[in-house]
Amino acid sequence: MSAALAYYPGCSQTASAREYDLSTRACCQTLGVELNDVPDWTCCGSTPAHATDHALAAALAARNLAQAMDTGASNLATPCPSCLLALRTAQSRCENEGFKGRVEVLLGRPATLSIRTRSILQVLMEDLGLEALAEKAVRPLKGLRVASYYGCLMTRPVGLMAFEDPDNPTAMDRLFLALGAEAAPFALKTECCGAALGVPRKEAVLELSGRILAAAEESGANVLAVACPLCQMNLDLRREQIEGYTGQRSTLPVLYFTQLLGLALGLPEEALGLGLHNVGTRPVLDILRRTWASEDVG
Amino acid sequence: MRIGVFVCHCGTNIAGTVDCAAVAAAAQQFPEVVLAVDTPYACSEPGQRAIIEAIEQKGLNGVVVASCTPRMHEATFRRTVERAGLNRYMFEMANIREHVSWVGRDKKLNTFKATDLVRIAVEKLRYNRPLTAKSFAVNKRVLVIGAGVAGIQAALDCADGGLETIVVERTSTVGGKMAKLDKTFPTVDCSVCVLGPKMVDLAQHRKIKLYAMSEIADLSGYVGNFEVSIRRKATYVDWNKCTGCGLCADKCPSRKAPDHFNELVGRTTAISIPFPQAIPKKASIDASSCLHFLKDRCGVCAKVCPVEAIDFEQQDEVVKESVGAVVVATGFDLLDIRRFGQYGGGRFPDVVTSLQYERMLSASGPTGGHLKCPSDGREPKSVVFISCVGSRDRSMDRAICSGFCCMYTAKQAILTKSHVPDCETHVFYMDIRAPGKGYDEFIRRAQEEYRTNYVRGRVSSVYPKNGRLAVRGADTLLGTQTEVMADLVVLAVGAGAAEGSRDLAEKLRISYDAYGFFMESHPKLKPVETNTAGVFLAGACQGPKDIPASVAMGSAAAGKVMALFSKERLESDPQVAQVNAVRCVGCLKCLRTCPFGAIQEVQARDGSTKAQVIESVCQGCGVCTVTCTDRAIELQHFTDNQLLAEVNYLCRSWMEKSPA
Repeated sequence: MSAALAYYPGCSQTASAREYDLSTRACCQTLGVELNDVPDWTCCGSTPAHATDHALAAALAARNLAQAMDTGASNLATPCPSCLLALRTAQSRCENEGFKGRVEVLLGRPATLSIRTRSILQVLMEDLGLEALAEKAVRPLKGLRVASYYGCLMTRPVGLMAFEDPDNPTAMDRLFLALGAEAAPFALKTECCGAALGVPRKEAVLELSGRILAAAEESGANVLAVACPLCQMNLDLRREQIEGYTGQRSTLPVLYFTQLLGLALGLPEEALGLGLHNVGTRPVLDILRRTWASEDVG
Repeated sequence: MRIGVFVCHCGTNIAGTVDCAAVAAAAQQFPEVVLAVDTPYACSEPGQRAIIEAIEQKGLNGVVVASCTPRMHEATFRRTVERAGLNRYMFEMANIREHVSWVGRDKKLNTFKATDLVRIAVEKLRYNRPLTAKSFAVNKRVLVIGAGVAGIQAALDCADGGLETIVVERTSTVGGKMAKLDKTFPTVDCSVCVLGPKMVDLAQHRKIKLYAMSEIADLSGYVGNFEVSIRRKATYVDWNKCTGCGLCADKCPSRKAPDHFNELVGRTTAISIPFPQAIPKKASIDASSCLHFLKDRCGVCAKVCPVEAIDFEQQDEVVKESVGAVVVATGFDLLDIRRFGQYGGGRFPDVVTSLQYERMLSASGPTGGHLKCPSDGREPKSVVFISCVGSRDRSMDRAICSGFCCMYTAKQAILTKSHVPDCETHVFYMDIRAPGKGYDEFIRRAQEEYRTNYVRGRVSSVYPKNGRLAVRGADTLLGTQTEVMADLVVLAVGAGAAEGSRDLAEKLRISYDAYGFFMESHPKLKPVETNTAGVFLAGACQGPKDIPASVAMGSAAAGKVMALFSKERLESDPQVAQVNAVRCVGCLKCLRTCPFGAIQEVQARDGSTKAQVIESVCQGCGVCTVTCTDRAIELQHFTDNQLLAEVNYLCRSWMEKSPA
């Protein structure tokens, strides 16, 4: 399989998105992708850092990249698109010598950030590819109609992320098709969920995430797949708040794409953290169990 | 030699950062210079008079003017020295404005560089020889490429002026984009009704020869004597026999051919005539949809044709024509709608281009002029127009304004109301650009009389919602987000260069800009000329243009052709290559490298092979000169001796007196 990857989990994956981390590790292990945690990794800086000081934000991200490069890794992957954006922004800004100098003062070491950084989704699509993934899938996802929600950052800013069509990405849709599921014609693939506005202006998140849920329901999906921990939190953990705001009830489960992939790879539900959701994931499992029973797999 | 040097101040343009008096004083010391003065404006009437008087009084036989770029005034000063009795090639120009005063601030260094440039010119002039132009006959036939409204106008004006005119049109009918429009702004009159008579005139004019379904394969030669190869594409119908009765199209069983005339709205038959007013009204077969070509069966058209015009064996054919001038009027194409994913372009059937919408509005269009959503055929009750799609958008590397979209969007909003009176119309716009005669009044009519909701702001996304399309965007006048429900979304897609225009430019040896539009010779003063003599531009191939501007430019190009043809003979430029037969060993490397085919092989009297330049074909590029290992071929006015004189001086001067 592919060479070892430096793995940068990101803070969310140790707390609110533990199931994203669990399922990512489980899938990669099954697929033979070796993940080596970045030693002594720290926060990427996230929104508070870049909203305060660009050099400080870059230094926080650069520290992690440097730690990874110290291990000799030339490839790094993170499940979180927001972390990836922070890492790539630091890489891009440090191409300016003046900026790099400011970062190096904060960092206390050279900020040469030549390591290749990608999302887990990008790594799976590029290094393994759909065919290899489908080959490893022992249980089809037949019966699922998946709305794939990529969020703002997976494909944008275009120049920095350089992944798929910025307005109509299809990586997850193609993945689920390859795994035997249906891809729902979901309209708001790259709309914003409200992101961190949940803290200062909760109504904005409830409005925006409400739209996304409504569009997913309209597309006839029976599961919403995501690739971002903050998107998942807004759509899953804030479900009751959204329902209170919009007056529309929705039981649509919100799963990380790695959880669905894990199910197809034959991994047990506990290993994928399917019990860690606010909105129950049972309907998804029920559909799949019926499929598997009829096809005599799993 | 007796050389005079005139150092121009150009007001403060040069004198501001160059000590012109010091340059003149230095020039006085240059070899063979008998007079060196500075002058406020060399190109002015008194400036030129001073040059003429100096030639006469001081007996000058060579003149150097140090001023602006030769592109500006070389011709002026050549005429000046000619008026004083000198040969026009006994003149050199030193560019101390664009190359010195406009680009450097340091007066000392500028003066130093200007002095060097003057010296170089003097050194070259010492080796100049009088050259004389030859004259040649002009072939007074004109080629018009493209038969949209600009090309039609140019062709009719030329033909009415008595010139034999060849018109080459790529598609099977003349009319271009204008023939596809339903109505025109700001008069809202029927487009094809206005254009139709001109199309008929074109077809019937006894001075015009029309090649439809044809393309330019190659163009060689030079102003006054071009040779053009025209590829007549196979239509599989003998147009000499075809009467345009349309029986073949009625009976054709292959009814899913892409309908290019209708901008792919709806389908057509594999054998078809694009529209009722098509000229020539002849059928042609789309081989990619025809059952005969795909599956080797059918042949219904051949059976029903009353005049036996169907010819499945027909091949492309190349014909040659000789002309003296070319008018390029190849128009534009809309950008590919699939590039606009954020608006659902290419993804949602109810998101259409403005030109598709035009066909949907047209009574002769695929819906018979009834507005219908392409997805399910329902009548739209809300139409959203998005302007500046791919125009003024630097994120797509398209900073240009397409110019006519504001106007046709207003027209389409008005027409929508006349088709479906209870239909809402919304226009998302950045600015309204309506500077033509009666144009702004027209926009106000769309807003006030026809109640079109103009929203100033960009659209962020179009997405399906409850079986319709939601159009989300900003309303920058209210400072809010807004969402409008639409049944149909019309994108005012930006105008790009016509497909294949870069290839055509290479064939014609004309330049094009970053967007592929052909370059005029001067943006203000030579708008229809190109940098290739005898090739003129008309219409939107030079940049997006509305109908009145295209027609005006068509007439302007025709006027230029007629002015060119008003002379019986033209003078050739003597700055061409010349072979020194004594030195030539007949290797013919020059013949193989010449990009213009201007060199031919000849036999000398002793039977040996020599190269010979065809002076009227040579463009003076100099490629042969550097190819020749024996210094046998040289470019007149840029001989080795002349160039070496410049280089020799320059290298010596830098070694001896560099100011650093």
